[in-house]
Amino acid sequence: MDIYLPIAALSVDVFVLLGLGGAVGFLSGVFGVGGGFLLTPFLIFIGIPPAVAVASSANQLVGASVSGVIAHWRRGNVDFLMGFVLLVGGFLGSAFGVWLFALLRRIGQVELVVTISYVVLLGVLGSLMLIESTRALLRRHRPGAGRRKLHRHMWIHGLPLKMRFRRSKLYISAIVPVGLGFLVGILSAVMGVGGGFVMVPAMIYMLGMPTAVVPGTSLLQIIFVAANVTVLQAVSNGTVDAVLALMLLVGGVLGAQFGTRFGTKLRGEQLRALLALMVLGVAVKLARDLGVRPEDLYSVALVGT
Amino acid sequence: MRRAAPAPLLLLLAGLAVAALPQAARAQALVADLTSHLVAITTGFTGTSVVLFGATEGGGDVIVVVRGPERDMVVRHKSKVAAVWVNTRQATFTSVPSFYSVASSRPVEEIAPPAVRQLHQIGLDYLRLNTERPLSPQEATDFRAAFIRNQTRSGLYVPTAGQVSFLGDRLFRATINFPASVPTGTYLVEVFLVRDNAVVSGQTTPLVISEIGVDAEVHDFADRYELAYGLVAVVLAAMAGWLASLPFRNA
Repeated sequence: MDIYLPIAALSVDVFVLLGLGGAVGFLSGVFGVGGGFLLTPFLIFIGIPPAVAVASSANQLVGASVSGVIAHWRRGNVDFLMGFVLLVGGFLGSAFGVWLFALLRRIGQVELVVTISYVVLLGVLGSLMLIESTRALLRRHRPGAGRRKLHRHMWIHGLPLKMRFRRSKLYISAIVPVGLGFLVGILSAVMGVGGGFVMVPAMIYMLGMPTAVVPGTSLLQIIFVAANVTVLQAVSNGTVDAVLALMLLVGGVLGAQFGTRFGTKLRGEQLRALLALMVLGVAVKLARDLGVRPEDLYSVALVGT
Repeated sequence: MRRAAPAPLLLLLAGLAVAALPQAARAQALVADLTSHLVAITTGFTGTSVVLFGATEGGGDVIVVVRGPERDMVVRHKSKVAAVWVNTRQATFTSVPSFYSVASSRPVEEIAPPAVRQLHQIGLDYLRLNTERPLSPQEATDFRAAFIRNQTRSGLYVPTAGQVSFLGDRLFRATINFPASVPTGTYLVEVFLVRDNAVVSGQTTPLVISEIGVDAEVHDFADRYELAYGLVAVVLAAMAGWLASLPFRNA
């Protein structure tokens, strides 16, 4: 059964979209990441124009994060003050990112920049995760490893404008979370991702937040950054396909619930190693496509797309 | 496939109409019409065809040219930069037809000399394509060929002329096919009657192709009220997320 996507202006099988949303939701449930970084490339694989894929993924992300935050908030694992500070940076970053996106569209390089960004980010992330999970798998055989300190002190802890974050048990400069939010805001606008896969490690290792409050706080600010990106994309690029986003959400939410249950039955290190391999696979596929000579060196588009 | 009425019936009616025409009106050398002047694109649209029928006063050949609404199109050329294929050059064609097809009763080359085809833009070789900025002759040739090749591949430009079939000596019909990706807007269907290498009569009929239903309204809303559309999209997604979390409250 085909459904016509009004903004993408093409017909796609409903079950492909539900299945895709479900698969990405399942993965995000299993692995505890947003899954946006896999969704956008898959949408591009099935023929959605990259500009529409990026903007609609941001729209889908709003719903997925709301669903996630509610779950974490019930367990009291959301640092609202930290979320707000991250958000200040996030708004500035996403506004800048949408402007950058419009500029890239004008000069006809959206596809290239989005693809390269994905190759670099997925490549780095996949390699890091693979190394980390392999180490963890090996370490299991040597029990009694030393306990980590609450957090280490680095140069970023010497910056001015210090703020106290009670929920996260932190007293750090506001510049760090604002800067982090800005960076993730740009990613969100240009790549259609929530940036959870950058935000989560940065919150743990850079800010030194306790692991329990990280996912909920990260998702909280992603809701607003993604909402901001969706509105800005709709206004300046007209590329948000709400029908596409809703179809993906339906599949995604169900998939996430099944994924969460399935995930608790598997061991963490193995899961992370699996995810790492998959992420690397997507990166390799995208990188290979960049280097393959296109069938026709010329392409045609309507002016303004 | 969607047709407003069975084509043979309409042809018959057209024939009767012509036969019944008073002597004065018969001076008009060519009459033609479409079975439908409106093509509606709805959810699940997979392309359609429209039948053109008409009559001549006898003798000569008929050429039918269909042109879609004019758009500005950009053609980009990729070349290899450090192992990666990148868009490096581009040219913008202004006000080019978004759809183009030709049908004729005999091969166009046998009916009309180049000068006539040039004048009436009959055939892809004679389609006028203006660029925004002047190009070098080599570039102009390359970009033009690339544009027509790409449009042909997506089924929007039809390279080989379709068939206009005569029933007897005066009645003719032609089927115009539109692919699923057909652009919306007002199309112009030009019918030429050619006799002895010259166009002796012509007629232009409009054809409207438009989106109808919920999809069209969504698209229209998104175009006209961008900010409201963005906000609605966000609210819908947030509500969907909240709703989805309800059944799992106690999980």
